[in-house]
Amino acid sequence: MELTGAEITVRCLADEGVEYLFGYPGGAVLHIYDELFKQDRVKHILVRHEQAAVHAADGYARACQKPGVVLVTSGPGATNAVTGIATAYMDSIPMVILTGQVPTHAIGQDAFQEVDSIGITRPCVKHNFLVKDVHDLAATIKKAFYIATTGRPGPVVVDIPKDITMARCEYSYPTSVSLRSYNPVVKGHSGQIRKALNLLLEAKRPMIYAGGGVVLGEAAAELTQLVRSLGFPCTNTLMGLGGFPASDPQYMGMLGMHGTYEANMAMQHCDVLLAVGARFDDRVIGNPKHFFQEDRRIIHIDVDPSSISKRVKVDVPIVGDVKDVLSEMSRQIAAGTQKPDAAALKSWWTQIELWRARDCLKYDRTSAIIKPQMVIEKLWEVTGGDAIVTSDVGQHQMWAAQFYRFDKPRRWLNSGGLGTMGVGLPYAMGALLAHPDAAVACVTGEASIQMCIQELSTCKQYRMPVKILNLNNRYMGMVRQWQEFFHGNRYAESYMDALPDFVKLAESYGHVGIRIEKPADIEPAIREAFARKNELVFMDFITDQTENVFPMVPGGKGLSEMILV
Amino acid sequence: MRHIISLLLENESGALSRVAGLFSARGYNIESLTVAPTEDETLSRMTIVTSGSDDVIEQITKQLNKLVDVVKVVDLSEGEHIERELMLVKVRASGKDREEMKRMADIFRGRIIDVTDKSYTIELTGTGQKLDAFLDALEEGAVLEAVRTGASGIGRGDRILRV
Repeated sequence: MELTGAEITVRCLADEGVEYLFGYPGGAVLHIYDELFKQDRVKHILVRHEQAAVHAADGYARACQKPGVVLVTSGPGATNAVTGIATAYMDSIPMVILTGQVPTHAIGQDAFQEVDSIGITRPCVKHNFLVKDVHDLAATIKKAFYIATTGRPGPVVVDIPKDITMARCEYSYPTSVSLRSYNPVVKGHSGQIRKALNLLLEAKRPMIYAGGGVVLGEAAAELTQLVRSLGFPCTNTLMGLGGFPASDPQYMGMLGMHGTYEANMAMQHCDVLLAVGARFDDRVIGNPKHFFQEDRRIIHIDVDPSSISKRVKVDVPIVGDVKDVLSEMSRQIAAGTQKPDAAALKSWWTQIELWRARDCLKYDRTSAIIKPQMVIEKLWEVTGGDAIVTSDVGQHQMWAAQFYRFDKPRRWLNSGGLGTMGVGLPYAMGALLAHPDAAVACVTGEASIQMCIQELSTCKQYRMPVKILNLNNRYMGMVRQWQEFFHGNRYAESYMDALPDFVKLAESYGHVGIRIEKPADIEPAIREAFARKNELVFMDFITDQTENVFPMVPGGKGLSEMILV
Repeated sequence: MRHIISLLLENESGALSRVAGLFSARGYNIESLTVAPTEDETLSRMTIVTSGSDDVIEQITKQLNKLVDVVKVVDLSEGEHIERELMLVKVRASGKDREEMKRMADIFRGRIIDVTDKSYTIELTGTGQKLDAFLDALEEGAVLEAVRTGASGIGRGDRILRV
């Protein structure tokens, strides 16, 4: 039987096992929406802005590993989605974004709601497709899911002109895909793995640095096993939090611009560095020249060859799936007779403990004004360290990363690469759909939350009981901090004037709002919020306006050149 | 250093802009770029002349390989190779210069492919350097118009780039 392109689109999603479709209707996708209406296999989540559709689908993917799927209309629908797509691209999140397009014959005519979606999204997708024939539609959607979820994951856009959704053809969903131009490497090269192990086992001051690739590659257990069997120190990047348990004594805390003193010092002074699913980001190693003032050998495992030797030249590259490579390493260590150099390791740990004793995350716990760090610590206590925490971008993001001790992967969702303000609330929505019974907290600030505040309405419609912790310091805190440090205290446009009453705002959307102004009220408020299992609770914490994030490696400086409290 | 990179890519609309976009987005140089379908019409062959340090060239080949439409990439400069460029140049050819211009074309093994009473159009093939040398050898103001294709390259001997 012949189906229309719109029917085929929806059937493909259902056959691909898509549970949720995040979207917003419009002219070019009306036929697809009509087919969505007639079925109940794929559930549609109606957001209030296309950007949030992409963020929510992205949050869903981050929380549960399955690809996030989005449907938006042509023109403004597609352009509104771009920030979300770029956010997912920078953090390698598997997603398929279906964009409506004007009919084929109208393309290039400056038609109503026409934009070159393929051209606009090209630099921020893993790949994109324009469907020009209904006979290609099912195969294209299959390819999109395959490309998005294999190798180094990423978003894939499929642009579907309106006439294609009306055209008819026979439907069959392909069971497999083979592309001659796309064959991601899985197995690491065994010779390289052996070389890496030789270096590691002879190291005097080893360090393991694990990034988002460990989380994306479902390799947390393999990493943990390897780190423990070697007895080496391990740090996680912002994207890798939870990849190695924060409560483990071998955990050094996060590294980088706002990483711990001990993690950054160990990174700088190690003699053998094992980088796993990480990319030596500028926020992670600071100035590469300074990084290379110390002599060290670097082993780098990554599924994407272009991540290796991009910013930092490495000695032993291993291209492959991190899970596969890490378990092969553990297997070879167990099978071999050589053990790490125990004496050298002992003195290395002695040095590390001295750095740790610097207690770089200390803050004033006796303050009469709420310290933002304390809010995160209380959140950790109340949720037993087992919540899914989403954040926006800025100081609150760094405090959440520093003070919420993540023991498991996929519990920490944030925009690490692009640094997109506004992701926190939609990420929480996606996380709740992925894990309906989980405690989901959105740590945000009064500036970030306003970038996708309209989604409070979506949360009401679908009964998403997100707990929002708004660290309200009346400033774009991180901007203010940089202005204080590097711009002579000239706070240009960083004061958030004319703020809404967030309690009333939450109430007007049908949620619960609480304002918290005293440190003693932090814990009771968080307890109350989580006790309200089925309600969204907006906690507006009035925090210290002058608090800064420490340690800090200023831009252009080296990792060991931290500003400390 | 100058490198000549050859690639096979899917002959699909948009494939060229993915490659060109990659170079502009990441700030890599393109000295020249040529592309046309191969004997297998589903594939295009592209030759890019670029320059950069070894690290940059390594990144360029990795980034090109990462593009989903790119089937194969080879840096021809890594081995023996042949490169050729075609130039069509319209030159002033009147009066006493007319005979001289014919001689110049012969010396460079060019062919005159169009003639008017005031000009010649010369077809010239060779390495970029040879074409440069021809243009340099002409008198100031002799060139009315020059069209160059950019280099195409192929490996020497048994080196073959195919699927």
